[in-house]
Amino acid sequence: MRLFVSEGAPGSLPVLAAAGRVRGRAELLISTVGPEECVVPFLTQPKVPVLQLDSGNYLFSTTAICRYFFLLSGWEQDDLTNQWLEWEATELQPTLSAALYYLVVQGKKGEDVLGPLRRALTHIDHSLSRQNCPFLAGETESLADIVLWGVLYPLLQDPAYLPEELGALRSWFQTLSTQEPCQRAAETVLKQQGVLALRPYLQKQSQPSLPEEKAVSNEPEEEELATLSEEEIAMAVTAWEKGLGSLPSFRPQQNPVLPVAGERNVLITSALPYVNNVPHLGNIIGCVLSADVFARYSRLRQWNTLYLCGTDEYGTATETKAMEEGLTPQEICDKYHNIHADIYRWFNISFDIFGRTTTPQQTKITQDIFHRLLARGFVLQDSVEQLRCERCARFLADRFVEGICPFCGYEEARGDQCDKCGKLINAIELKKPQCKVCRSCPVVKSSQHLFLDLPKLEKRLEEWLGKTLPGSDWTPNARFIIRSWLRDGLKPRCITRDLKWGTPVPLKGFEDKVFYVWFDATIGYLSITANYTDQWERWWKNPEQVDLYQFMAKDNVPFHGLVFPCSALGAEDNYTLVKHLIATEYLNYEDGKFSKSRGVGVFGDMAQDTGIPADIWRFYLLYIRPEGQDSAFSWTDMLLKNNSELLNNLGNFINRAGMFVSKFFGGSVPEMVLTPDDQRLLAHITLELRHYHQLLEKVRIPGCLTQYPHHIFDSGNQYIQVNEPWKRIKGTEADRQRAGTVTGLAVNIAALLSIMLQPFMPTVSATIQTQLQLPLPACSVLLTKFLCTLPAGHQIGMVTPLFQKLENDQIESLRQRFGGGQVKVSHKPAVVETVKTVGPQQIQMLMDEVTKQGSIVRELKAQKADKNQVAAEVAKLLDLKKQLALAEGKPLETPKGKKKK
Amino acid sequence: MAAAAELKLLEKSLGLSKGNKYSAQGERQIPVLQTNNGPSLTGLTTIATHLVKEANKEYLLGSTAEEKATVQQWLEYRVTRVDGHSNKEDIHTLLKDLNLYLEDKVYLTGYNFTLADILLYYGLHRFICPLVWLLITPVTQCFSSSDFTSR
Repeated sequence: MRLFVSEGAPGSLPVLAAAGRVRGRAELLISTVGPEECVVPFLTQPKVPVLQLDSGNYLFSTTAICRYFFLLSGWEQDDLTNQWLEWEATELQPTLSAALYYLVVQGKKGEDVLGPLRRALTHIDHSLSRQNCPFLAGETESLADIVLWGVLYPLLQDPAYLPEELGALRSWFQTLSTQEPCQRAAETVLKQQGVLALRPYLQKQSQPSLPEEKAVSNEPEEEELATLSEEEIAMAVTAWEKGLGSLPSFRPQQNPVLPVAGERNVLITSALPYVNNVPHLGNIIGCVLSADVFARYSRLRQWNTLYLCGTDEYGTATETKAMEEGLTPQEICDKYHNIHADIYRWFNISFDIFGRTTTPQQTKITQDIFHRLLARGFVLQDSVEQLRCERCARFLADRFVEGICPFCGYEEARGDQCDKCGKLINAIELKKPQCKVCRSCPVVKSSQHLFLDLPKLEKRLEEWLGKTLPGSDWTPNARFIIRSWLRDGLKPRCITRDLKWGTPVPLKGFEDKVFYVWFDATIGYLSITANYTDQWERWWKNPEQVDLYQFMAKDNVPFHGLVFPCSALGAEDNYTLVKHLIATEYLNYEDGKFSKSRGVGVFGDMAQDTGIPADIWRFYLLYIRPEGQDSAFSWTDMLLKNNSELLNNLGNFINRAGMFVSKFFGGSVPEMVLTPDDQRLLAHITLELRHYHQLLEKVRIPGCLTQYPHHIFDSGNQYIQVNEPWKRIKGTEADRQRAGTVTGLAVNIAALLSIMLQPFMPTVSATIQTQLQLPLPACSVLLTKFLCTLPAGHQIGMVTPLFQKLENDQIESLRQRFGGGQVKVSHKPAVVETVKTVGPQQIQMLMDEVTKQGSIVRELKAQKADKNQVAAEVAKLLDLKKQLALAEGKPLETPKGKKKK
Repeated sequence: MAAAAELKLLEKSLGLSKGNKYSAQGERQIPVLQTNNGPSLTGLTTIATHLVKEANKEYLLGSTAEEKATVQQWLEYRVTRVDGHSNKEDIHTLLKDLNLYLEDKVYLTGYNFTLADILLYYGLHRFICPLVWLLITPVTQCFSSSDFTSR
């Protein structure tokens, strides 16, 4: 037999490793062919590796070739191995090829590569640790191990891509990597060049499209698909029957909210928005809205919850803005602080306090931390070369310099950080620097400054991380960023600036200087709390009793996960440090970035002018929250989600359930006599509710939003459909009773949904609760059990539709209005539009419509109908196709020219 | 849950009498088989292979090493290529390739009918004959909730 391989083809690795099995049993010749050579006569597209058998037949699947080698050596197939191999082909391979392509061909790094794969890697890790075996299919190494090891090797051989929290995966991988056939295969294929050895092959391939994005992590629920046990059903029935009686007594909101020993105390912060910008949708979803969902959820759990945020007000940007508008910096801050506060109020963000950083408390706490650091020898003094614009007669703050990034060559890098590669930059290292105000070239001048001695604090930081990270809910991107900082080694960081608008530095010789915003902005959380209550230290110097959750976009991770913890650890004052650091990726707008200056995208203050209710914005933004990878706001997708998920599905179910009560039972919840089927439904819903809790506790927002309300009203819908209360109501006495039970259960499911939706859509939730007249204690608590909260005899109120349809022309005109003249902005090479896909049913519906419309067009053409009429129908067809492509998460087909695959 | 319907059909044609329970997992509705003895099995071809063994019809999985590997190769082809979201162009290429491959063969492995033929046949029905596909799709999937509203 003859094996055909190609330089750098990733499939060669498992095949060569498995070939060790046939040594001495059969003759194996190896030929190298070009990546575009068609070896298999019946396949249109080139494929390697390929095994030509002595019979003349071909095996063209990598896995099948490995399987054949194993079969020749006497191995027998088993279910578990088959399962792993099928999983490899259908689940792992699509994400893995995309990841390798990003890394090797597009030069992406870090979370961009690892993000899409994490779910699959975690699956392997969990399976290994659960079954407590060293190998995938048991005690000894087998086919599944060789195939998975081989396909993963190019990526995982770089330790940066072998997440350390996945210990079982790590040791499995390392065990296999040291075995002789594997080692030899790795050397032959990668030639000690690492993953770059795959380049000659991969760059000849078309870009693999990432499979439709799925909800993050549902490992726990996968295991629990098992059928419901009698015991579970009995427990669900007991809980249901107890009803309102099992609710804890109503607790009025405390003021101020303070932690209580022995209870769960949750402190939530959202990154402080910089005062002189109106936030765009990406800023809103990145922190305030995400944190709001968690804060509302936390209150529903009856945890003592304090949610705070505020505007970050110091710095040159404010000074400049003040000059522009002819106001003082203080006046500018007052003005914009109110604009921010109004926007968040409109979005229904439930802050306990929305403060600001320009307060006496800020000065007091910042200077105190500084004095402590100084006294303990963690502050250095040094002279700094700084950019000074002679024309503007001032030192330029980092964000007032632009130039070429010294690391990646990006042309619009800011003085402090490059937007493209994300590296922090020292402003004087920028190539071709420019003053952003006057565009002249600044000169380098020297000035005395203070530095935080991070290298001296590094050991404490690592100790703290070592204790905090395991088992915490730090997002993977945050872990990755911190890990890469530590790997590169920490350097002293300048904490002062030559400015006036800032917290004064309390040290002789530094009277003209202020603290750099990144030293004191994170202290803003403390001072804002201090302005809320004089007992602020019960939150901030109480690490044992307080769980601190901090929400932000990923560019803020270094300051929250590293700089502030170092300051706090160095100050030695028992500060509460971040326990769960929740960072998002970026949200893009349609196919580019949000840009205020180009007028592209929707900004916070404009959302309210669109006529679309705040809850719809909240729902859609949370649905596409960039968790794990960048995502994009799309008008069409928003319309689709509103009209399908909300209007047709959720709204329809809740409305029907309420209408049945009003129409058939005079608005009074009927008597419910549960059958065994109903009892199973109770247990099933209890199970779904438990999964909802699991996801929200881990702050998996889209994961939760796309699955759980859906699963529950789906079960409800099915239940009604099967039982047909609208027919039974006209039947015999027994039929009428059955109709009553079904209606009663359905309306109780609607009541449960109203509470589950509260973190996401508070207004809609309140509307449902008013319509159903849900008793007050039930509105503010979400237990882990499904209770009967609307008992027989309960009177509900007026039931009206909850959602409004969004029309195509309405959305089109909004797109025009916010599109910024359709300027194509593309800073990144290929922003993948990761529109979430809709359900298969809908795709099927759209497909059918496309087919139908297609035949209309063909018929018209065949009849040689009027040109305009044909054009109109063709336009409809194209629009449908576009919707379908969007629904399937495919890139839109470009009309010009045919792309050869 | 089309995959479960397909497995039910397979059970029937294999002469298995006891009805297995299937659930579906994730957005792509991957079938899961709950077994009484041992852990559950996930994936269409994995479960199908298991059912064949349960029915004592191992010959449907191929008899020689070459046949066995070939059967599994085409099963993989079914779930990756045929079930992948294909556009018209892809489907055309796929059918053309299969046609060429089968030119000198009766079945996918040559002269013996195997599980690969069964599953590929089911899989291809979706685009060759939409009506049949509709028949094996469970009724619940044909009713969207908007039908329910209009009632």
